[in-house]
Amino acid sequence: MQERLKIKNLSKNFVLHTQNGAILNILNNVSLEVRDGEIVALCGPSGVGKSSLLKAVFGTYRISQGDLVINCGAKEIHLAKASPAEIIELRKHTIGYVSQFLRVIPRVPTIEIVANAAIEAGASSQQATEKAVALLEQLRIPKKLHTLSPLTFSGGEQQRVNIARAMSAPRPIMLFDEPTASLDPENKTTVLTMIAGLKKSGTAILGIFHDRNDREFLNAREVEMEKYKEPENA
Amino acid sequence: MKMNPGIPLLKVENLHKAFGKTKACHDISFELWPGEVLGIVGESGSGKSTLLRLIAGLLEPDKGTISYQQNSKLITLTDLDEPALRHLQRTEWGFVHQHPSDGLRMNVSAGANIGERLMANNWRHYGNIREKAQHWLKAVEIDPARIDDLPRTFSGGMQQRLQIARNLVTNPNLVFLDEPTGGLDVSVQAKLLDLLRGLVSNLGLSAIMVTHDLAVARLLSTRLIVMKQGEIIEHGLTDQVLEDPQAAYSQLLVSSVLQV
Ligand SMILES: Nc1ncnc2c1ncn2[C@@H]1O[C@H](COP(=O)(O)OP(=O)(O)OP(=O)(O)O)[C@@H](O)[C@H]1O
Ligand SMILES: Nc1ncnc2c1ncn2[C@@H]1O[C@H](COP(=O)(O)OP(=O)(O)OP(=O)(O)O)[C@@H](O)[C@H]1O
Ligand SMILES: [Mg+2]
Ligand SMILES: [Mg+2]
Repeated sequence: MQERLKIKNLSKNFVLHTQNGAILNILNNVSLEVRDGEIVALCGPSGVGKSSLLKAVFGTYRISQGDLVINCGAKEIHLAKASPAEIIELRKHTIGYVSQFLRVIPRVPTIEIVANAAIEAGASSQQATEKAVALLEQLRIPKKLHTLSPLTFSGGEQQRVNIARAMSAPRPIMLFDEPTASLDPENKTTVLTMIAGLKKSGTAILGIFHDRNDREFLNAREVEMEKYKEPENA
Repeated sequence: MKMNPGIPLLKVENLHKAFGKTKACHDISFELWPGEVLGIVGESGSGKSTLLRLIAGLLEPDKGTISYQQNSKLITLTDLDEPALRHLQRTEWGFVHQHPSDGLRMNVSAGANIGERLMANNWRHYGNIREKAQHWLKAVEIDPARIDDLPRTFSGGMQQRLQIARNLVTNPNLVFLDEPTGGLDVSVQAKLLDLLRGLVSNLGLSAIMVTHDLAVARLLSTRLIVMKQGEIIEHGLTDQVLEDPQAAYSQLLVSSVLQV
């Protein structure tokens, strides 16, 4: 299978100007690849840099050193030097990111939020709405809630809306930050089955799955992040 | 209007403007692409409103060029004569001022404030204009029954919304928004965000929006510029600037709010 994402000696540091210029070297020489139809799970204790690596892949965290090469089919994008316009294109067509938090415009109904993701990716409004309803039902969001804004939903409901939104327009590379963290067992299985479905259809997946059983269910290749930590005596 | 997505909608190069010793804008350059919302943030007095006014042709720069896409080509705005610039301002652009009194005609009715732009766009039928004005009053959550009232009888937040309706009624290509949600209560602010987002995604509206509200910037703008003392000190994708700010001032700005 094709290598879709190649991380090459990537380092990330933060310079905290407002805190006496403290420097945090949070990722050091990270190298890994993700292929089409593969799930790579980032492992390691809290604070080791798992979420930060996902944000670097999505282009939110700027890369301090090294590179991140994304295969977009026709061409390769080197994220370390990509322009904002190139990153916007990547997000439209190539990389999807499911963060732990739902960020939406207030007062917009859930159904629209989910459907809009597909409309932005080119689906017709009717197709998108039908798919949105199906996804929300599959994720057990009660019908009554579909026309309400998700901002007042419970944590687990919001997480499922976030997942429905991602699933309505999946990209060839998908990043998941603890997608099942606040879900009950039944919904957890639904979400994991959806992710496994993406994998089967050839999506390259990089994610954080806290639970070992989840990683086993997904047949994920584990990458231990501890080795990319800054050495204590540095 | 069809835009060529391959060239910028607006291109600003080395723009300068001083008021006496105050460098309100110093060597400002950036591009705005079709369908994009560009956010501008920065401390009070950093030159944000001045920059908007320069670009929109309301103020003359000391130095620098501004180009705008028309018929798939970039034209230099400073080469346009006054009537041509006026025409552009009334038909293809909108400008929502920080202070509603700068953007409204206070001595004519709310309906006339909205109708004026329609007439500049060759609307002639009184009934259609009135109907359209009512539709837009509703869209910004002003009771359409107030169509014949003078703006000065409106609250500040209502005036701001009227100003927005007046500007959006003719489906402009490009709007300049100076603190569009300032002074609005949160529920109306949310409605406006949704309205603007809808126009951006359905009609291909592009915008430059000055805001002090980082949450608004986050939800609406694709890219963000940070200004300080008349200069651009940082620019990037909105999530980059808010989550991984590089400049000391941007870090201070982001860390000073409770949550973005
Ligand atoms: N924008 C930022 N500015 C400064 N420090 C940051 C920033 N983002 C992350 N960090 C720091 O980087 C380190 C790694 O954080 P990260 O969120 O990647 O950890 P994680 O492995 O996902 O942890 P968890 O399992 O708790 O979610 C932490 O020490 C964190 O404080
Ligand atoms: N017409 C003017 N005459 C003289 N000085 C001016 C004029 N307009 C603006 N200035 C000065 O230029 C600087 C930039 O002002 P500007 O209104 O652009 O700031 P701003 O970033 O919009 O601030 P705010 O967030 O408070 O609205 C300020 O120092 C201001 O006092
Ligand atoms: Mg994390
Ligand atoms: Mg101002």
